[in-house]
Amino acid sequence: MITAGVDVGAKFAKVVILKDGQVIARAKTLVGFDLLKSASDVFETALKEAGLSRSDIQRVVATGMGGNAVLQKPPINADEAVSVVVAAAAGAYHVVPTVKTVIDVGAEEGRGIKVEGGKVRDFVINERCAAGAGTFIEAMARALEVKVEDLGPLSLKSLNTIPMNAQCCVFAESEVVSLIHSKVSKEDISKAIHDAIAGRISSMVLRIGVEKDVVLIGGCALNPGFIPPLEKELHTSIIVPEFPEYVSALGAAVIAANPSR
Amino acid sequence: MASTVEVKEYPTEPLKCWDQAKNLRKNYYEDYLHAHEKGGLRWAGGAWSFSSIPAGLGEDIYCITGEPYGATIAFFKDFAAKCHDATEAAGFPRTLCAYMRNYWGSILLDKYILTDGTVVDGYPAPDFIWQDHICCSHGKWYQLVKWLEKKRSKEVPMYCVDVSVGYPSDFSPEEDYKVDYVVGQLSDGIEWLEKVTGRKYNDSLLCDAVWNEIKATSLWAEICALNQAVPAPLDEKTMYSLYVMGTLMKHRPECVAFYETLRDEVKDRIKRGIAAVSTERFRVITDTQPPWGFLKIFREMEKYGIVSVGSLYTYGLIGMWQYQPDGTWTPKPMPPEKPQTREEALQTLVRWTLHKPEWAHFYQPELKTKMMDSIVKQWKVNAVLLHYNRGCEGLSVHIAENRLGLINTGVPVFPFEGNMGDERDFDLAGTMSRLTAFFESMGLKKLKE
Repeated sequence: MITAGVDVGAKFAKVVILKDGQVIARAKTLVGFDLLKSASDVFETALKEAGLSRSDIQRVVATGMGGNAVLQKPPINADEAVSVVVAAAAGAYHVVPTVKTVIDVGAEEGRGIKVEGGKVRDFVINERCAAGAGTFIEAMARALEVKVEDLGPLSLKSLNTIPMNAQCCVFAESEVVSLIHSKVSKEDISKAIHDAIAGRISSMVLRIGVEKDVVLIGGCALNPGFIPPLEKELHTSIIVPEFPEYVSALGAAVIAANPSR
Repeated sequence: MASTVEVKEYPTEPLKCWDQAKNLRKNYYEDYLHAHEKGGLRWAGGAWSFSSIPAGLGEDIYCITGEPYGATIAFFKDFAAKCHDATEAAGFPRTLCAYMRNYWGSILLDKYILTDGTVVDGYPAPDFIWQDHICCSHGKWYQLVKWLEKKRSKEVPMYCVDVSVGYPSDFSPEEDYKVDYVVGQLSDGIEWLEKVTGRKYNDSLLCDAVWNEIKATSLWAEICALNQAVPAPLDEKTMYSLYVMGTLMKHRPECVAFYETLRDEVKDRIKRGIAAVSTERFRVITDTQPPWGFLKIFREMEKYGIVSVGSLYTYGLIGMWQYQPDGTWTPKPMPPEKPQTREEALQTLVRWTLHKPEWAHFYQPELKTKMMDSIVKQWKVNAVLLHYNRGCEGLSVHIAENRLGLINTGVPVFPFEGNMGDERDFDLAGTMSRLTAFFESMGLKKLKE
């Protein structure tokens, strides 16, 4: 059976095509104002990579904040849309069957999901604040005038702990500027930024309880500077699967393959 | 967000007494507005206040209770926004009780809103304030009202009753001092009422009012207990429009008569299998006041076949309950006889009122969790939605402990942030997105658009 999962997130649209439980294509693109167009473009890219056409895909499930934009709308014509919490749990279970806790940190939201057998037992999502999401790291990278992908490796060079107390993304930027003026090194500031976001995510995830195996997914899982402080805060090791940013799209494709779940 | 599926549907129909409820509430606010034209008196105070006491001043005493008025304002978002602007411009922070800010805003704007959204010029000042100090906000609420009225050259006398005696375990003789403490204040209050109004107090009217109050609050509990039926004859969104009578006029005969009518109608609905939500297949309860400007979340839930059958708030703010020896939570039986004297009336009223389940919010989070767990089991509830209500620190205190306590009993719990009276603190899209995720995690799919 060939199925596809389409995750229309706040910043990227991701597509995974699954054949008999194996990933045969994946693609992502930045999301523009027209969610359907962004998703359709990346869907087409994934189809080309797999050497398939839409008619070869038996079921498509959409997810993410823009999942409804592609529900029963051509050219994707998703058969169903599911919440990203459910998709993330299914995807994480597919790649790490021993998973009990999923931490999903994307561009706009951070989520903690308690999982049992691929099903959601409980979950928590950050509300009304970017300070626990990827946008926070991007804003801080701008303030430090470094590329966002360089921020994580930079932080790993720091041996110092500088507390960042601001609880707001905007005020934290002011705090970073103050640290720059105080001649604190970029390495130390980078570490402070990652410590701060790890602290916010961990305090949120601890509300639902953390049980091993813990799997980190979402775009922020690609950031090596984020993982050590998160492991330290949670007092546990964290598994980062390959292609962590695609896990929710993968979960949607898994759900598509099991319509009677 | 899921694709739609088909399920069996129960018969449903509107409540026959709905218009009666609407008219009672409409008349209540209009009576207060026009009280002076009828030669009557107006008083203001909280919905928890001992409203039977001013009733002894005569049949022409009209009140406005603060929290329901604040909620009415919240429902009309444009007027609520003006009230918020007015209170913030006057220097009050937006972290204060949202009902209180709505109420103050109405005075500051010198405008009064009716239940159909009509805004009347000239806020009708009360002739006196009769209040209970149930929480820190209630302790300051009418102190500020008095001050605001004074700025409008209106001197409003105020009497406040301290009710901070805790939740009595079962009125053993060792706890009589709690009752006596409150009774003493009410007794002094009656003398104060005579003094500030110049009216002679009528103990017979007091006894009638106390008996009405006990009957009304007993009846409401009986009605809520009927909602254990499957399918539920009432949904919580509808119940909000029904329990409110107990917050406005629990001491009035109209309230008793209405609840008798409602009780009979609910019994009839159960007998005929009439559901509040035709597609009922999943039952939830909530907690604390809802975000009044966003009651449509209940209609959204119905699309999944979910009915909210009530909450400790809707059952226990007005209804009186007690635990039976077998552990079940049931309506508290009325006292055997109507009081005949002032002292009997005050003793009976205080003993009855101090048993209000909602006190558990303030004093005993473990007891509140126990009561919620009882509702979950007896009302056959599948999940609990907890409103982390930023607008009411009184009823939100300990709510995170309730979440943990309920999770430990095994029931799924979904907390969401919001505000009962200030729409700026409620993210509808975000909440609906998270609610959808929660419902999907329960295995529910949308039944219809």
